[in-house]
Amino acid sequence: MSLNREDVVKIAHLARLAIDEQSVPEYARNLSSILDFVATMEQVDTHAIAPMAHPLDLAQRLRADAVTEEVDRETCQAIAPQVEAGLYLVPKVIE
Amino acid sequence: MKELHQQSVAELAAGLARGDFSSVELTEALLARIAQHDDRLNSYISVTAERALEQARAADSARAAGQAGPLTGVPLAHKDIFCTRGIRTSCGSKMLDTFISPYDATVVERLDRAGMVMLGKTNMDEFAMGSSNETSFYGPVRNPWDTETVPGGSSGGSAAAVAARLAPIATGTDTGGSIRQPAALCGITGLKPTYGVVSRYGMIAFASSLDQAGPMGRSAEDCALLLGAMAGFDERDSTSLDRPVDDYTATLETPLDGLRIGLPQEFFGDGLDGEVARVIDEAVAELRRLGAEPVEISLPNTALAVPTYYVVAPAECSSNLSRFDGVRFGHRCDAPRDLEDLYKRSRGEGFGAEVKRRIMIGTYALSSGYYDAYYLKAQKLRRLISDDFRAAFAQCDVIAGPTAPTPAFRLGEKADDPVTMYLSDIYTIAVNLAGLPALSMPAGFSQGLPVGLQLIGNYFSEARLLGVAHRYQQATDWHTRSPDGF
Repeated sequence: MSLNREDVVKIAHLARLAIDEQSVPEYARNLSSILDFVATMEQVDTHAIAPMAHPLDLAQRLRADAVTEEVDRETCQAIAPQVEAGLYLVPKVIE
Repeated sequence: MKELHQQSVAELAAGLARGDFSSVELTEALLARIAQHDDRLNSYISVTAERALEQARAADSARAAGQAGPLTGVPLAHKDIFCTRGIRTSCGSKMLDTFISPYDATVVERLDRAGMVMLGKTNMDEFAMGSSNETSFYGPVRNPWDTETVPGGSSGGSAAAVAARLAPIATGTDTGGSIRQPAALCGITGLKPTYGVVSRYGMIAFASSLDQAGPMGRSAEDCALLLGAMAGFDERDSTSLDRPVDDYTATLETPLDGLRIGLPQEFFGDGLDGEVARVIDEAVAELRRLGAEPVEISLPNTALAVPTYYVVAPAECSSNLSRFDGVRFGHRCDAPRDLEDLYKRSRGEGFGAEVKRRIMIGTYALSSGYYDAYYLKAQKLRRLISDDFRAAFAQCDVIAGPTAPTPAFRLGEKADDPVTMYLSDIYTIAVNLAGLPALSMPAGFSQGLPVGLQLIGNYFSEARLLGVAHRYQQATDWHTRSPDGF
């Protein structure tokens, strides 16, 4: 599996990652070598095998739909890059 | 009396209980050692001296009031992946360089409650993605046995600190070998428990179906003591197992008579360094002298474990790391043009190259049209790999083999070739895919560098593994060796 320049740019966009123009060829090379390596998976027929999502095949535990934690907005926003009047600030989304 | 920094956790706990020294004296001695030696290793990202001395004073007061537990006043270091309230929790990344956690991880909370003293936060590969500690934003950690070599990763700072006697014991996390491989390369003992035994709450997520925390110490006995305080059900972790905590120290002395030790033929083939193979053979011979019976076994899908992992782990990482958006916490780029620019540049600047590679591999594997070929295929292989172990444990009680194919490699040696680096985890990764417990312990040296023996057990056999390691450590002295110059 060989990724070209456009593939890398597209994946970076999907992942919302800005990557330097000049490092695109290196990413293409490295990601392609990882995907080639991963391709050895294809050697095995897994037709009738059930996928394994959890090491112990346990289902997700549920809990009662009750309030157990109180979020302290001030504490949480103290570590935010930009806040004002209790709101997180981001660039304008709607003109 | 042995110098304080040379004493094990068990010895320190006994010394504190007898009143031979106070926790404040012990903490001061270790902080002085860190100040003296760590510039050569870079094993700590943050040293929390003030908080440590406060905790030490509190521990001494608790003891004076007759309220001391078995670990009260014993110092430790936490891998910088565990959230610590009011203290920077960086995860080895520029993304979290200024992140002061608003809460404690469950592991941190439990060990605080046990009266332990946190010396600081240890260096690690960025977001625990690496096998050499070279991907840390804070620079590489050096191996105290030879400072031109790597300590392994991702818990390289914890391993180096314990090996150099800059902490009596430390916490680590293991997603594909990140406790065991650095433990092997630094000559210490480290255990990855069964998935779900230790809470993941407040442990910054990398690959949630694989991540598990465990102890990294000088001996199996020390690891048993720490694991007992770390483990247990936590309702705040949805994959935490609701079962009683085993007594990991009670069976340490169990004799090995009749213990069937499985030797997987796939762990002793091509790619294994000859000197490492010799050390492992000798360790197995020692276990046989102690009463164990070696059995030849096979784990036929071993070669598929690393490729499978490099789909499952990046896929989960790309999802987990989507939370770093430059909005609520973490790095934010300057003067974003619009929201997309804010996301892209904050993430592009905040993450290092290896983290970006893994996010991109995971994003690709999960993208429309590729899911079946990658993620679903990998999950099916995961079952085959897990079934291999199930079949093996019908023939043996414990599996033994090398932890890593070579001793510590040189800094920079594999840094430019991701796939070569990934193969340093060839013997450890299958264990995470299956969710099994496994440990690494020192078993000898190859050209002056430590070699680790890995023991893999069936689900919930941590006490058994620690017992086998303890018997071995009573008969040998590899685990007592410490590097010159520290």
